[in-house]
Amino acid sequence: MNTKVNLAGIEMKNPVTVASGTFGYGREISQFFDLSKLGAVITKGTSLRPKNGNKPPRVCETASGMLNAIGLQNPGVEYFAQNDLPFLRKYDTKIIVNACGSSIDEYVELCKILNTLDIDGVELNLSCPNVKEGCMAFGNSYDGVKRVTTEVRKVLDKPLIVKLTPNVTNIAEIAKAVEDAGADGVSLINTLLAMKIDIYKKAPVLANKTGGLSGPAIKPVAVRMVWQVAQAVNIPILGMGGIINGEDAIEFMLAGATAVSIGAGNFIDPYTSVKTVEGIEEYMKNQKIDDINQIIGVVK
Amino acid sequence: MAKKIQAELIEKKQLTKDIYHFKVKAEEIVKESKPGNFVEIRVTDSTEPFLRRPISIYNLDQEKGILEFIFQVKGKGTEILAQKEEGDSIDIMGPLGFGTFKLDDKKNIAILGGGIGIFPLYELAKQAMQKGIQVNTYLGFRNKEYVVLEDEFQQVSTNLTITTDDGSYKQKGFAIDFLKQDMQNNKIDCIYACGPLPMLKAVRELAIQTGIDCQISLEERMGCGIGLCLGCAVKTAQSPKDAPEYYHVCKGGPVFKATDVEI
Repeated sequence: MNTKVNLAGIEMKNPVTVASGTFGYGREISQFFDLSKLGAVITKGTSLRPKNGNKPPRVCETASGMLNAIGLQNPGVEYFAQNDLPFLRKYDTKIIVNACGSSIDEYVELCKILNTLDIDGVELNLSCPNVKEGCMAFGNSYDGVKRVTTEVRKVLDKPLIVKLTPNVTNIAEIAKAVEDAGADGVSLINTLLAMKIDIYKKAPVLANKTGGLSGPAIKPVAVRMVWQVAQAVNIPILGMGGIINGEDAIEFMLAGATAVSIGAGNFIDPYTSVKTVEGIEEYMKNQKIDDINQIIGVVK
Repeated sequence: MAKKIQAELIEKKQLTKDIYHFKVKAEEIVKESKPGNFVEIRVTDSTEPFLRRPISIYNLDQEKGILEFIFQVKGKGTEILAQKEEGDSIDIMGPLGFGTFKLDDKKNIAILGGGIGIFPLYELAKQAMQKGIQVNTYLGFRNKEYVVLEDEFQQVSTNLTITTDDGSYKQKGFAIDFLKQDMQNNKIDCIYACGPLPMLKAVRELAIQTGIDCQISLEERMGCGIGLCLGCAVKTAQSPKDAPEYYHVCKGGPVFKATDVEI
């Protein structure tokens, strides 16, 4: 049985990784299981300089999901390189850094540094809805995505995956910008811009007022978008949005994803990602599938 | 190291109309737990409600490996939890939080609790008494109907003061005011507090004014409980250039030195 996939030039032992911002830099989850069981680890969104993040409350629960407005709090790339990267390297898994910035220059500077590090790839974050500058501001237009990706491509030799926001009218067109700019893969979806109001305080629950919706509530939207993008581009897709088990993962792969990320599912059970690996293997066994690559994009 | 286990509910008691006391068999969690730690409970296998519920530890029985927690039914999650019966198994993860109550070499401490915030203070008081520390406990409740665990706290306190806001039971007024009064002739080493935000703000103010050591247990909306989501942020009191602007209740806390945080 072969579970190996090649995501944008990154050889993964299985198609399961984790969504940025739901797994830190791996330390917390490593007390529960061996990270080598995952195809790859995608880090918390990391920027050129440390970021403090937004005021609390930053999270709240919604129907089969949650909202977050963390605001990309992270210790910065230098700290990551010195402290977290050596820790992650102890595991036999691929390391993909989620890179975020507030200007094209910042993305480029950051990726110049990432290009020198012992990592396996970069997931360019053009999709965080919870910061005022950068990210989604670039990610919601063909031109914005193409501009940033083109500039980053010039300085980054490592596999480049661009993570897209679902808060757009035509996701296929945005994915095309990624392909046209020469990136190796596309990743989707980031969270859906959303809001929750406390009806007794008559005020938004989150200090940021709006936040990103994740969890099983968004899965059908994510599957639809992965499928649409799969029809539009030829680069591999990293699919995510509400995956909590093997069956969910298979659905994304049938829609066209080469690999999948577990996001909010890590919060409800630290074992969700490894259980997803097992679930995929079980499905392959039951369905007599020898090679997981056979099911990618089967649904047209 | 936190563990995620299926723990058997071995005893369930209803303390008031909406407060429940659960005892679960959770040896692996108990042996690593400290006063101030909490656990995260997944109340259902379905995704509704979605997140785990953070609940503080009330009592640890190291010998029998029993963990006790007390919770108030406040919403969907705790409502489902309250319906569990003895013999049922509960998905529980813990112990969580690296910031716990520290007794160190304290000799004469004050424990200040308000409402449902008194629960995480019991194990601390118990361990302090076992160490021969003087435990001066002050528990405040809204009114007579809300008073719980008086006998239990009596057993783990050298002196126990119970207050109600309206005077319907024992002393009338706020627990912190009785503590302040006693501090004039009783040299307290450290105040340990958990309760409603106004009480924590007041005790933090007291710590700043008098310079007394003070440890408070905080609450904030949590996503994961183990430091993945960075949701439960609390502002750092002084921000030297290298210090982060926020700590996280689930990881740095839930217990903080009162003067380290801004609340």
